[in-house]
Amino acid sequence: MPQSAEKVLDHAKLFHEPEYQEMFARKREQFECPNSADAVAEQTAYLKSWEYREKNLAREAAVINPAKACQPLGAVFAAAGFEGTLSVVHGSQGCVSYYRSHLSRHFKEPCSAVSTSMTEDAAVFGGLNNMIDGLANAYKLYQPKMLAVSTTCMAEVIGDDLHAFIETARQKGSVPQDFSVPFAHTPAFVGSHVDGYDVAVKGVLDHFWKGKTRVANGKINIIPGFDGFCVGNNRELKRILDVMGVEYTLIQDASEQFDTPSDGEYRMYDGGTKLADVADALNAKATISLQHWCTRKTLDYAADAGQETASFNYPLGVGATDDLLMKISELSGKAIPDSITKERGRLVDAIADSQAYLHGKKYAIFGDPDFVYAMARFVLETGGEPTHVLATNGTTAWAEDMKKLLASSPFGKGCQVWAGKDLWHLRSILFTEPVDLLVGSSYGKFLEKDTGIPLVRLTFPIFDRHHHHRFPVIGYQGALRVLTSILDKVFDKLDADASKPGKDVSFDLTR
Amino acid sequence: MSRDIETDAASKEKLIEDVLSAYPDKFAKRRRKHLAVSKSPTEAAPDGESALSECDVKSNIKSIPGVMTIRGCAYAGSKGVVWGPVKDLVHISHGPVGCGHYSGSQRRNYYNGTTGVDAFVTLHVTSDFQERDIVFGGDKKLEKIIDELEVMFPLSRGITIQSECPVGLIGDDIEAVAKKKNKEINKTIIPVRCEGFRGVSQSLGHHIANDTIRDWVFDKKPIEFEGTPYDVNIIGDYNIGGDAWASRRLLEEIGLRVIGMWSGDATLAEMERAPKAKLNLIHCYRSMNYICRHMEEKHGVHWLEYNFFGPSQIAASLRKIAKEFGPEIEANAEKVIAKYQPMVDALLAKFKPRLEGKSVMLYVGGLRPRHVVDAYTDLGMEIVGTGYEFAHNDDYQRTGHYVKAGTLIYDDVTGYELEKFVEKIRPDLVGSGIKEKYPVQKMGIPFRQMHSWDYSGPYHGYDGFAIFARDMDLAINNPVWGLFTPPWKKSDEKYLEAAE
Repeated sequence: MPQSAEKVLDHAKLFHEPEYQEMFARKREQFECPNSADAVAEQTAYLKSWEYREKNLAREAAVINPAKACQPLGAVFAAAGFEGTLSVVHGSQGCVSYYRSHLSRHFKEPCSAVSTSMTEDAAVFGGLNNMIDGLANAYKLYQPKMLAVSTTCMAEVIGDDLHAFIETARQKGSVPQDFSVPFAHTPAFVGSHVDGYDVAVKGVLDHFWKGKTRVANGKINIIPGFDGFCVGNNRELKRILDVMGVEYTLIQDASEQFDTPSDGEYRMYDGGTKLADVADALNAKATISLQHWCTRKTLDYAADAGQETASFNYPLGVGATDDLLMKISELSGKAIPDSITKERGRLVDAIADSQAYLHGKKYAIFGDPDFVYAMARFVLETGGEPTHVLATNGTTAWAEDMKKLLASSPFGKGCQVWAGKDLWHLRSILFTEPVDLLVGSSYGKFLEKDTGIPLVRLTFPIFDRHHHHRFPVIGYQGALRVLTSILDKVFDKLDADASKPGKDVSFDLTR
Repeated sequence: MSRDIETDAASKEKLIEDVLSAYPDKFAKRRRKHLAVSKSPTEAAPDGESALSECDVKSNIKSIPGVMTIRGCAYAGSKGVVWGPVKDLVHISHGPVGCGHYSGSQRRNYYNGTTGVDAFVTLHVTSDFQERDIVFGGDKKLEKIIDELEVMFPLSRGITIQSECPVGLIGDDIEAVAKKKNKEINKTIIPVRCEGFRGVSQSLGHHIANDTIRDWVFDKKPIEFEGTPYDVNIIGDYNIGGDAWASRRLLEEIGLRVIGMWSGDATLAEMERAPKAKLNLIHCYRSMNYICRHMEEKHGVHWLEYNFFGPSQIAASLRKIAKEFGPEIEANAEKVIAKYQPMVDALLAKFKPRLEGKSVMLYVGGLRPRHVVDAYTDLGMEIVGTGYEFAHNDDYQRTGHYVKAGTLIYDDVTGYELEKFVEKIRPDLVGSGIKEKYPVQKMGIPFRQMHSWDYSGPYHGYDGFAIFARDMDLAINNPVWGLFTPPWKKSDEKYLEAAE
């Protein structure tokens, strides 16, 4: 009897008890009709071979463990960054349950979104009635300041027209005439969550800006992009901007919504960009994006409105932060203060202190295009060697950008850029051309387990570790945290390798 | 926010009226049918014939648009629940990338095997539909995917095709592809029409998946099998956190032979062999009663519902099961119950004093809103409200066996309703899913995920009950719930004045 009141074993230990191990063996032998142990061993070995890798990379149709989600997730995330805004997803209801769960599992926070709950009859007759009823119920029950509508693949395949539907619903009294209902078409069979973010933010801007006359002022709009670290990052960004004395509007700020306090009250809405500020943002001098690949359409829209635009690839690391600050300084006419220059110096100091442990380390990096770009750039700054960079939602244009970046440093030589590939490809790649460190999301843990390459979790989603997103990874302060995360992994590995019984040479107190 | 605890039936009736008043009239009327307070046996059946209370709500009908329904879809029911845990098949999420991405590896259906070699549960395999696939159809691509999966995973025993919304809308013929490729590669290929828009919840997905077992797995090839009089299948246990293993152990201990587990840690062979069993033992009635009924009609295999949550139900279920197999097994069951009784006693001695009198509200999926009631009662806790995401009428009839009169019953409860119910009743614990967890905790009310056991488990069987008891204790009695109000908001008025 493995279990007792004194010591309750849960799954992680319980099933290692002999009673269970024997039961598993019995089940396997008598009832599972398994492949032979030899066949399993042979195939396990074959999976590590160059031959398998070639077959794997030749795949054209099957996608296995893609590191991307679908457009509507990006739209739901985007809506969470606006004051009092509720997402209304037009389509079948299971999708919304998935988006809410996915974001809740990462942030460990509530995530609100409603569905228009389309079923078979809507598939035949269209979802107009679902929209009319859905907006009416959402408006009355949840008392939002804005309802942000997006679609699922179902609504897109049957061709529902959001603009017409929303106007009809408005005429039928679902929401008041002047109530804000921006919308975005976000079919799941186009692009990925970063594109859904883009069109959703553009939809909000369009709602507030369309038909208005722009009266230019000196402010700067900043769009952070789809960012699982928005809680820590947006706060760090605001701190920097406040220190600089820049007048800005952060457009799409989900940092409060996904970090509400525990004090006995559940806040369905918290923080977010004020709707009045979104409207006023038309008058800004410029709109800049922290993530180019998340905001291409939005930036075009801002440019069409007469603003200057600029985009960055996630300001993580020294040079990336330098570039951002200089651009902000240029646009705002505000100098970069000494306190920030000092922060930069401290980051450089930290890199110098640790360079011996980072120099020449080989990395595989996966995630969204902007993150991968930024992470590779920072790795180059530390003397590390990006060896494989992979974005399932990376385009050929992204791959070209990556290649330019890698060519700019001797440490980028020989790095392979994998646009559109998935994590099962990466598995083969890591077996045949191993690296020292893997950087990505929690999905990398399966690769870590199989290949033994340590995983540093630095991007969305992080399901299996807590609170990472509460700390910034952008700016000089954020880079310190990234640096520390990498170093902790390096040192943990070094210690683990040096602590095997009888082989504890190099198990040093001081590193 | 009110901290009044409202327990009586009348106040619960009023609570329902309050909640409904927030809806537009048309939808208040529709939602009213889903909310009720359970009656005492005599009220429910004045003729005295029924000994059970009734939970009279409408169920298994469409959710109203524009609310936060907690329900999933048919795809979630088929891929996420029934088929996904079958370990030696590769499951294709056929359609756009999202569904497989969100449903992947989140239900903790444990299995033994080498992932990517002879087991595939935690893989996300998708056809990743692009616009051109919507325009030209996905059948050709599906054929190619199946060929590629043969190259990638030659030791798999077969493939399931889990349709996502667009596949049904554009009229793809996945059945034809399955038949064609089955002939070519000589492996089982199962097309499942579980598009998310079908039906009103994940429930139809369970049914559709069951039907595909009937149509595409059973009687397809000769089964070599030497039976014994003690052969049973575990049906409707998805091995969340290892639940089915904790259950299997008990069944083996009383002398039964479990020839198939469905579908947690299952292999195709175990599914094919199932009709050879003497008895099907069904845990999640909602998701797998269909195939049990089929096996009864077609193969003469009887089925029996059981409940392995908490010592009272475990003992009752072991006795009920043993009765089917005669005195020897019955004697074994008594021995096993007696063997575990000291552990149960020790667990209750430790945890009951910490949990006695605590009230619980539940909102889960298929069986747990009723099945776990007695596990809580064993710990001295009381269920004050319960409901299902996707139950049918027969589930609510069964619920009457478990709940007391005056229990609040809510079907397909919306986020709005559940929050208001929780806020007003202020139970000591809420048991529901990930989407409900954080709002409830922000209110200062302890919470346990009753879909996934919060990354804990198992909860089934005696081994599981130890964890269940510990988990309820750690949820309710953690010091954090006392930290919500800062001291300066509690009593020090001088400080407050100064601050203002």
